[in-house]
Amino acid sequence: MKPEIWNWFSELKKNIANETLCALATVVSGANLGAKMLIYPDARIAGDLGDAALTAQVARDARELMQSELSERRAYGDAEIFIEVYAPKPKLIIFGGVHTALPLTQFAQALGFRVTIVDGRSRFANRERFPTADEIIVAWPDEALAQTRMRIDSSTYVAILTHDPKFDIPALKALSTMQPRYIGSMGSRETRAQHFAELRAQGVSAEFLARVHGPIGLDLGARTPEEMALAIIAEMEAVRYGTSGGFLVEKESS
Amino acid sequence: MRDLIATIDAWRARGDAVAIATVVKTGGSTPRPLGAKMIVNSRGEFAGSVSGGCVEGAVIEEALRVLKAGAPKLVAYGIADETAWDVGLSCGGTIEVFVEQVKS
Repeated sequence: MKPEIWNWFSELKKNIANETLCALATVVSGANLGAKMLIYPDARIAGDLGDAALTAQVARDARELMQSELSERRAYGDAEIFIEVYAPKPKLIIFGGVHTALPLTQFAQALGFRVTIVDGRSRFANRERFPTADEIIVAWPDEALAQTRMRIDSSTYVAILTHDPKFDIPALKALSTMQPRYIGSMGSRETRAQHFAELRAQGVSAEFLARVHGPIGLDLGARTPEEMALAIIAEMEAVRYGTSGGFLVEKESS
Repeated sequence: MRDLIATIDAWRARGDAVAIATVVKTGGSTPRPLGAKMIVNSRGEFAGSVSGGCVEGAVIEEALRVLKAGAPKLVAYGIADETAWDVGLSCGGTIEVFVEQVKS
């Protein structure tokens, strides 16, 4: 069976413009060289690789790679397929327009994130303080999550920096029914224990709470808000690429 | 790809054929990751990169051949390959690049 000839470039272009998660699989070695298929996280595919079994297997593998935003070349018998994941731009939602949120916004934007600032206090969340933020929402956490233009999905990262149980607890509660890639929450271990006890009492699952990074950030010895922001963004990147964030020098060579 | 789309569209709009070269394998220490892209048009103009500058010249030549022949091609560069004598990667790595024409 000959693979279908189709306009993959125009569909890929549309996906990139619409921030749609997809994977592009290309035969780079073997029969039907250059055949292409687009795979989506749901059951949808477009195009084919010229062989029904191969097409189905690659679609399954591509959906798995999408979870970690990894591109990979894999061998399937005599065929080699390059599977390239096109992930939407990552999004960062910061709860709390506090000092650390200022450098965190800058760092995140330099790394390609869209940034939303959420705070119930307009004195904290405003254009003067966050001139470059992609979105500023003055509201309670649950209202803000309902209002945001950002989709809360596997490319969404959340940093809760408010340091105020009035805000932190509802934010975690609202997020507990969603599937962001990362949730970090500022505060000491004691604060965290208190907040988690309260959330469990409100019916939030232990599985969800185990996913929350708190205290937030990598252990970089951060003292200033800028250093805190660096530790937070570094942790987000480590989660994004599935690494532990240690010293490369201590990593076994692969 | 994100940053090359506007250029691809502009080139195709003025009637140029366009080839995309994608890094599909890396070995050793290479300057550009898997999926890094370079585009080349039928006039030999290019944008993007697949290495730190060491193999771009050779990729342009390959892309022009692909645009002429129409069929895609997988090309290897680096010290592990016989082409090392013409086209080496300064970093000591190896890369494979898939070159194809954008068709519609």
